[in-house]
Amino acid sequence: MQMTDLPDRKGHFGPYGGIFVAETLMYALDELRDNYERLREDPAFVAEFEYELKHYVGRPSPVYFAKRLTEQCGGAQIWLKREDLNHTGAHKINNTMGQALVARHMGKKRIIAETGAGQHGVASATVAARFGMECVVYMGSEDIHRQAQNVYRMKLLGASVVPVESGSKTLKDALNEAMRDWVTNVEGTFYIIGTVAGPHPYPMMVRDFNSVVGRELLTQMPEVIGRHPDAILACVGGGSNAMGAFYPFIPHKEVRLIGVEAGGLGLQSGKHAATLCAGRPGVLHGNRTYLMQDENGQIMETHSISAGLDYPGVGPEHAWLKDTGRAEYVAVTDDEALEAFHAMCRVEGIIPALESSHAVAQAMKMARTMPKDKVLLVNLSGRGDKDMNTVARYSGLTL
Amino acid sequence: MPRDVPALSRIPGVFDKLKSAGRKALIPFITAGDPDKASTVPIMHALVTAGADIIELGVPFSDPMADGPTIQRSSERALKHGTSLKDCLGFVREFRTRDEVTPVVLMGYANPIEAMGYDSFATAAAQAGVDGVLVVDYPPEESAQLTGKLRAAGIDSIFLLSPTSLDQRMEEVAHLASGYVYYVSLKGVTGAANLDLTEVGRKIPQIRSHVKLPIGVGFGIRDGATARAVAGIADAVVIGSRLVQEIEASPPGQAAANIGALVAEIRRAMDAQA
Repeated sequence: MQMTDLPDRKGHFGPYGGIFVAETLMYALDELRDNYERLREDPAFVAEFEYELKHYVGRPSPVYFAKRLTEQCGGAQIWLKREDLNHTGAHKINNTMGQALVARHMGKKRIIAETGAGQHGVASATVAARFGMECVVYMGSEDIHRQAQNVYRMKLLGASVVPVESGSKTLKDALNEAMRDWVTNVEGTFYIIGTVAGPHPYPMMVRDFNSVVGRELLTQMPEVIGRHPDAILACVGGGSNAMGAFYPFIPHKEVRLIGVEAGGLGLQSGKHAATLCAGRPGVLHGNRTYLMQDENGQIMETHSISAGLDYPGVGPEHAWLKDTGRAEYVAVTDDEALEAFHAMCRVEGIIPALESSHAVAQAMKMARTMPKDKVLLVNLSGRGDKDMNTVARYSGLTL
Repeated sequence: MPRDVPALSRIPGVFDKLKSAGRKALIPFITAGDPDKASTVPIMHALVTAGADIIELGVPFSDPMADGPTIQRSSERALKHGTSLKDCLGFVREFRTRDEVTPVVLMGYANPIEAMGYDSFATAAAQAGVDGVLVVDYPPEESAQLTGKLRAAGIDSIFLLSPTSLDQRMEEVAHLASGYVYYVSLKGVTGAANLDLTEVGRKIPQIRSHVKLPIGVGFGIRDGATARAVAGIADAVVIGSRLVQEIEASPPGQAAANIGALVAEIRRAMDAQA
């Protein structure tokens, strides 16, 4: 079996993935899997998805040569895949659009979603509004304080935002709560998971919808440089933007795939979210994958300057890409990400999301040590407007 | 087709005895380490004194996805004291020094077991005197390996069935389950209200046509009346959130006494039925 043929019908990527949920959810997951397996092969559905991506999301997103950033680093060329230019400002809408269409085909009228930074919540609320569906977004009460603007944005789009007070009051707890809602209202509700994690078929489905990123790159880069890049870099929290960029390149062995995790205050500090760099395999949120956990198997609270990377798990396909050596995973600290954020603002006139800034930071590090004919492609997964308060606070300012 | 399941633990004997006495099993659930580690074993003994036939001991987990707010909070209280899976096995070992007969089922989530490792867990659980294991987030398709190791160690694997389980899933559960099966009597998380007895009454014969094990019913059982009604149609009544609520509301040191009184009342109501 080719790596690109994964997962198997039960959702396994090697030893990872699978379906680890209570019996109460099995029917809903079977129903979703059967519908999605049919739809992904249906030319009419694919055409519908592509139409929305082109006319509503604004695809294809361009690739851009970051000339001045490259000159500043003085080595390999840094190119950017501009997912920040999508409608709603990030790659997240590729997936929510796809899942909303699946929900419509299944006759589900109510959408639920979990969100950390709020980007996936906004993208879910957006497509719910676009198709006239009810939308409920679960968000940790800690994150609600940190991301007030996105909360308001979701409300403007007609969604209700439910604060989650349990556990660490962040993304993982919002995910738990969304699962509980789904178990309770399983018949009329569609759960839009925002990353390539969760029980099968979510890791596969979210990857498929985001793979439009990598597919566009397959033709875009040869058009501008005559070949594929030497490496593709993307930040990894749950890993949806990275998986979308990596997946079509898995068979192209000459292209290095580099996932950049949130190193927080440094891997030694224990305050980070670098699951693949420092975690161990286990079971959480419906799949087997690498997790940040203590010696007793309890899930640890993570830290990152970027709420979107602040998650103790990671998509199971990334776990498999790591173990097989097809992709490499590194960590970048809060400070390094901030430095890259400021560099991008001043040198390129692009305000990147703090999540994406992690990938930029790694590209800058690598570019300095590589010759000028090498090409690094960074998936610039989102724009940084949402991060104004966080960045100002780190600079000692209050807006 | 239903098949005979060989006896592994203390559980089948308990059901046989109850059956010949014309009574139904009462299975209380508590979270280990709630409200503190020292209370757990005394509460277990109090449950037995009050009429419990089997004890489900919840292993606390940081992310109890299938549980409602009451049991979530009990997990958080237990984890505040650092209650680990090892501690839970320790509670069972201590319980066994005074009670050799009452079966204990560990109920929890996959990851603490994954972290300990299947072999170490199966061995340690058998040594501690555990009779059954119910892992909420191991459906049959992901649990063949653990079930095999537990069976080899003489421990039953308990599985859940739900209102949305189709015949094919009941068949899959029948192939792996022993001890009893646990029918989750409503959609939703633990602690939810609105038990639909008509629906439960419809589902149980369907389960019996696939699974030749006693059927316990849980979720939504809150008092003597609901327990009595469920005892009329199932083999066992599982009661969890209501007891955990009682522990939560009890002043320090009172949990065992209060929970004992509540369970005794439920026992009386159930036996009046029989």
